[in-house]
Amino acid sequence: MDQFYGIFLYVISLLTMGGIYAILALGLNIQWGFTGLFNAGIAGFFAIGAYVSAILTTAPSVRHLGGYELPYIVSFVVAMIVSGIIAWGVGKVCLKLRADYLAIATIGIAEIFRLILKNETWATNGPRGVSMIPKPFESLPEPWNQLAFLGLILATVVAIYFLLETARRSPWGRVMTAIRENEKSAMAAGKDIEKFRMEAFVVGCMLMALAGAFIAHYLKFIGPNATDPMTSTFLVWVMLVVGGSANNKGAILGAFLMWTIWSASEILTSRLPDELAIRTAYIRIFLIGLALQIFLQRYPKGIFPEVRPKPERRVNPAESPAGR
Amino acid sequence: MSVLELDAVVGGYGDTQILHGVSMKVDPGEIVVIIGPNGAGKSTAMKAVFGLLNLSGGKVSLDGEDITNMPPEQVVRHGVCYVPQTSNIFPSLTVEENLEMGAFVREDDFQPRLLELYEVFPPLAEKRKQTAGTLSGGQRQMVAMAKAMMLEPKILLLDEPTAGLSPKYRGEIFSIVKTVNATGTPILMVEQNAKQALKIANRGYVLVDGKNKFEGSGQNLLDDPEVAEMFLGGGAAA
Amino acid sequence: MIEFLNFYLIPGLVLGSIYALGAIGITLTFSILRFANFAHGETMLLGVYITWSLVQFSGLHPLIVLPVAAMLTVLAVLFIDRAFYKPFRASPTIMVVIASFGMMLMIRSVVQFIWGVQLKGMTQGIQRPMVFFDSLRISPKHVMIISATIVLMLAVHYLLSRTKIGKAMRAMSDSPELAKLTGIDTEKVVRMTWIVGGALATAAGVFLAIDTHIDTNMGFKMLLPMFAAAILGGIGRPFGAVAGGLIIGVVEEISSYPWIGTEPLLNPGYKAGVAFAIMIAMLLWRPSGLFKGKVF
Ligand SMILES: Nc1ncnc2c1ncn2[C@@H]1O[C@H](COP(=O)(O)OP(=O)(O)OP(=O)(O)O)[C@@H](O)[C@H]1O
Ligand SMILES: [Mg+2]
Repeated sequence: MDQFYGIFLYVISLLTMGGIYAILALGLNIQWGFTGLFNAGIAGFFAIGAYVSAILTTAPSVRHLGGYELPYIVSFVVAMIVSGIIAWGVGKVCLKLRADYLAIATIGIAEIFRLILKNETWATNGPRGVSMIPKPFESLPEPWNQLAFLGLILATVVAIYFLLETARRSPWGRVMTAIRENEKSAMAAGKDIEKFRMEAFVVGCMLMALAGAFIAHYLKFIGPNATDPMTSTFLVWVMLVVGGSANNKGAILGAFLMWTIWSASEILTSRLPDELAIRTAYIRIFLIGLALQIFLQRYPKGIFPEVRPKPERRVNPAESPAGR
Repeated sequence: MSVLELDAVVGGYGDTQILHGVSMKVDPGEIVVIIGPNGAGKSTAMKAVFGLLNLSGGKVSLDGEDITNMPPEQVVRHGVCYVPQTSNIFPSLTVEENLEMGAFVREDDFQPRLLELYEVFPPLAEKRKQTAGTLSGGQRQMVAMAKAMMLEPKILLLDEPTAGLSPKYRGEIFSIVKTVNATGTPILMVEQNAKQALKIANRGYVLVDGKNKFEGSGQNLLDDPEVAEMFLGGGAAA
Repeated sequence: MIEFLNFYLIPGLVLGSIYALGAIGITLTFSILRFANFAHGETMLLGVYITWSLVQFSGLHPLIVLPVAAMLTVLAVLFIDRAFYKPFRASPTIMVVIASFGMMLMIRSVVQFIWGVQLKGMTQGIQRPMVFFDSLRISPKHVMIISATIVLMLAVHYLLSRTKIGKAMRAMSDSPELAKLTGIDTEKVVRMTWIVGGALATAAGVFLAIDTHIDTNMGFKMLLPMFAAAILGGIGRPFGAVAGGLIIGVVEEISSYPWIGTEPLLNPGYKAGVAFAIMIAMLLWRPSGLFKGKVF
């Protein structure tokens, strides 16, 4: 019975983490899947959300900035707003250039944020991180607290999913697709491409911050390791590519699937002797990278390929404005 | 046998079909001119020869050999050189380096050819060491043509070599075309300056909406009232 | 003043030389293959560890085994290009960017698996600095790094301006389409680009390892300054990248000089942010860089 209970708790944690990653993957899907923006600094926006929410909700501590003890809803919103403002700044600089520049700049932002976390010890407690972060529902008895938290995450995922699906089918979503497919004709149709891209980038980064906030409260601890490009940025990319870019169901499926594989393989390798366990951890990263490459080359559409919203009117190619 | 022959070529970009069965040929020693309205598919026809489209029908042959859908780097090696309508030089390379790149596929010593071409294009000899991007439009066009000539091609394809040039340079380019042709290189050329081009041409084709509309000797087309009305700015040529 | 030279300017030039060598590879792949290669820092890392093993094995000086190590690294890079980048030649370039992003983690995890993550040293022992004019002190390793960098740059200059393949590299960076139409063997040009980039990255990494130490994060840490140097100099301008590298190296070092009062102007902990700040400023002010490079 005990063993069963252990497995039950493990599944809850899998689903919780999978759900948090699903939020990240949905955020990336808005940027990459729908708009073709390359964000290589997911970790940075994720960490921004985590730290902001942590600092706003913790009890006073001599080790770091805090003591505001604000309600979660406020801290979540502020986390998203801060991330959105930073994303706006990055977007202002890079969105008119090709995707490569955005990738470089976002990886840079993540790096800068890591430096801040390490150096501004008065605010972040440096490498030791922020601990004793409150967790929603933690006053409930075990396992109800875990279940309630899982419920919160899953409800958020579902809510975001429906919002994004509505947006995708709206005229806004169709313009996004047009921009990604053929910038020139979208531009010819008088669409302000940069504005649309900016919206996608900012909204995506806000979702990433929300996921960061959830992680901080879930683990009750956040340290500079959260900005590690492996566990956040890279894994999220693999999730989206495997699940299916430009498909919200794909993003969610990819997140749960890859997180399960990632977490289960860790359990397997952790049973190995110490020295070997550390080394096999790198093999796991390698294999995840290989999975990404294989999907990119062989199955670029992922498990759930993109489904196009039906255009209102079929445009006859012969009627479309001539000249490119 | 014709040097180059397009036989009922069908193709376009992606799913958009532009050429709906275009046929033309260039015989040894000829200058052949293609004219037609903007967007008629003139450039596209040239790209079809050069393996830049995926042709869904018809046949392109060079000296009787089928080169349909052969990739461009192979077509060059078969002795066809092509000067595209735009961005036809390497702007950050010097004039001489541009010509050297034109000779990339040559295994032998290209110096003699280089000197020959400097005689055909005297302004280039003077500006050998200058960065090609800093030259005037006419001189750039000369670099582009000389670059294509480095291989001593079996046939030269020119896409609007006089577009945007001053009348002085236009005349110069046309006389160079004649000179080059006099050395035995057949030329297939797209031109907007139809009147002048047809005057030096052996034969011409009129392309409209991706189809052959008229064809004939240069003089015949110049004399044809319908052609004249459509493309030669009204009235038969003097 | 002399302290400024000894502890800020010269280390800045050394670091700048290292960035410069790395940035040449970045700028060449960006302009010729048309994508930002995120795995370039890890190429450097791989080169360093291969060199380290060769040094352990042979007992020779790192500079002597460097050519062999560079060759092995280049082979690895050519293999990676073939297996992971070449399939995307006809696709939108962003696909290769993603592939290189994945490659970044794959290469690093291979290095971590084979060599472990402990710090290592490339050379043992402490060298006495050479003293000029009584007070200008330069350590022999710094002299070596700067002079080797100069030699390598001259070699790159010779390649690009005197050899057929080098000119073809410049041609392809001007226009890949025209290069194809001209009959230039573009795959050969691509190979040469990887060879030059891989070899210079190995050299840069080994110089960094000689100057400091070896750890598995060094490639990633170099990535941002190298991109910044390439953008600062102008994409497709190898000598712009060199200038960019030197500027960034020097600015990083002198940013912590106590210009005002006795405190460092910038907390040394933020040194790594200098490159990013310069890059963003450049993208805002002049994305084509100091030497009129390409903007995509
Ligand atoms: N790369 C391309 N992709 C898609 N369509 C193209 C492309 N290039 C040209 N077209 C279309 O093909 C048609 C024919 O173009 P083409 O360039 O062959 O015309 P042209 O006769 O050379 O005209 P011009 O006198 O303007 O040079 C045009 O409708 C054009 O919009
Ligand atoms: Mg044309």
